[in-house]
Amino acid sequence: MDFFYQTFIAKFNYWIYVILMMIGLFAMIAKNNLIKKLVGMCIFQTAIILFYVSIGVKQDARIPILTKDEVPHGGHYTTEHHDGHKDHKADQERPYIDAKTITNPIPHVLMLTAIVVGVSTLGVALAIAQKVHLHYGSLEEDEILAKIPLGNDG
Amino acid sequence: MKPMKLAALLTVIATGGLLLYATSDLPDWGDPLSPANAGDLSTHYIQDSRDDTEVPNLVTAVLADYRGYDTMFETVVIFVAGLGILSILGQGKRVEPLAEPVASEGNRERDMITITTCRLVVPIIQIFALYVIAHGHYSPGGGFQGGVMLGASFILIALTSGLPDALKRMSQERAIFLAGLGVLIYAGTGLLCMALGRNFLDYEILHKVLGGTGVKARYDSMLIVEIGVAFTVMAIMFIIYAVLSSKGRMRGGL
Repeated sequence: MDFFYQTFIAKFNYWIYVILMMIGLFAMIAKNNLIKKLVGMCIFQTAIILFYVSIGVKQDARIPILTKDEVPHGGHYTTEHHDGHKDHKADQERPYIDAKTITNPIPHVLMLTAIVVGVSTLGVALAIAQKVHLHYGSLEEDEILAKIPLGNDG
Repeated sequence: MKPMKLAALLTVIATGGLLLYATSDLPDWGDPLSPANAGDLSTHYIQDSRDDTEVPNLVTAVLADYRGYDTMFETVVIFVAGLGILSILGQGKRVEPLAEPVASEGNRERDMITITTCRLVVPIIQIFALYVIAHGHYSPGGGFQGGVMLGASFILIALTSGLPDALKRMSQERAIFLAGLGVLIYAGTGLLCMALGRNFLDYEILHKVLGGTGVKARYDSMLIVEIGVAFTVMAIMFIIYAVLSSKGRMRGGL
């Protein structure tokens, strides 16, 4: 039972990510259709995103946005009034932030950009696939390979 | 084709097995003491970004301030991806948006219900997108999310009223200009920091331009940078749709 807990329950996020990743990898290697390969690439990408985000999770932690008590609205405006010297009173009143109670923001930042960049690189891939289709009239790999003129050695 | 699939399956199973074997060394789900979660970097971001930037949304603070280089070059990647799509499929010459859609090129009967609904919904989408961009400091949001929403609103116009109609509002030249403008805003903010004698994208010195304290300058320049990101993302998302849906001819479309 302990082995079961250690291997599956405590690591279930890694199981899901590995399974998704293998589905994507298999589609990229084995599928004949270029669009299906791209779908595989997207599944692979989703697996990586899931992996990163799941690493940043902390038990019972809240989202990485501080509350109104922790950051009073317009805090930087109040410090301005005191002729250069900082308003230390305002700083002391702020509650201490325990890093354990807030989800790790770094994986979120990395994946936020990765999702949008993934969409645009997928756009490039689709554009290339469309160009291939315009040129060879097919998206099946074997049909395209049959139409590519061979060199001297072939 | 069969042996190829079998070889692929064996490769995939072997890779998956190795990865699963490696998970025994990875931290448990939700472990607050794992190296990634309890490391100095993440603790610093969580505890000190309040005093450094006054931004409640830690993701925005890390995205636009601490990891500004990363985000800037992600924006450049998106920009280059858009230019790549145009150079792969585009015509290479200036495409005039057609005043009168050619009958043979996707000028089907447009449904009045979808066009009217789209006309009502698009302004709301765009206002909400602007809210998401502007409110990225306080709630989930920012340039990437808002930019995608703005792009989606133009794609919705292209889907309902046809691509020529959308291109009248956002022509290819205008989209490229806006995409470049976004990168320029971002990089220009960084260069301004350099011109004022600090490192690239060290926003603190910008209080000389923006007024207020150094903390407020970091707070404000994050918004400027997010607006730049939003311009690029919006324009490139629309370019991707416009080019792919019309096979690069920028007319007709779906």
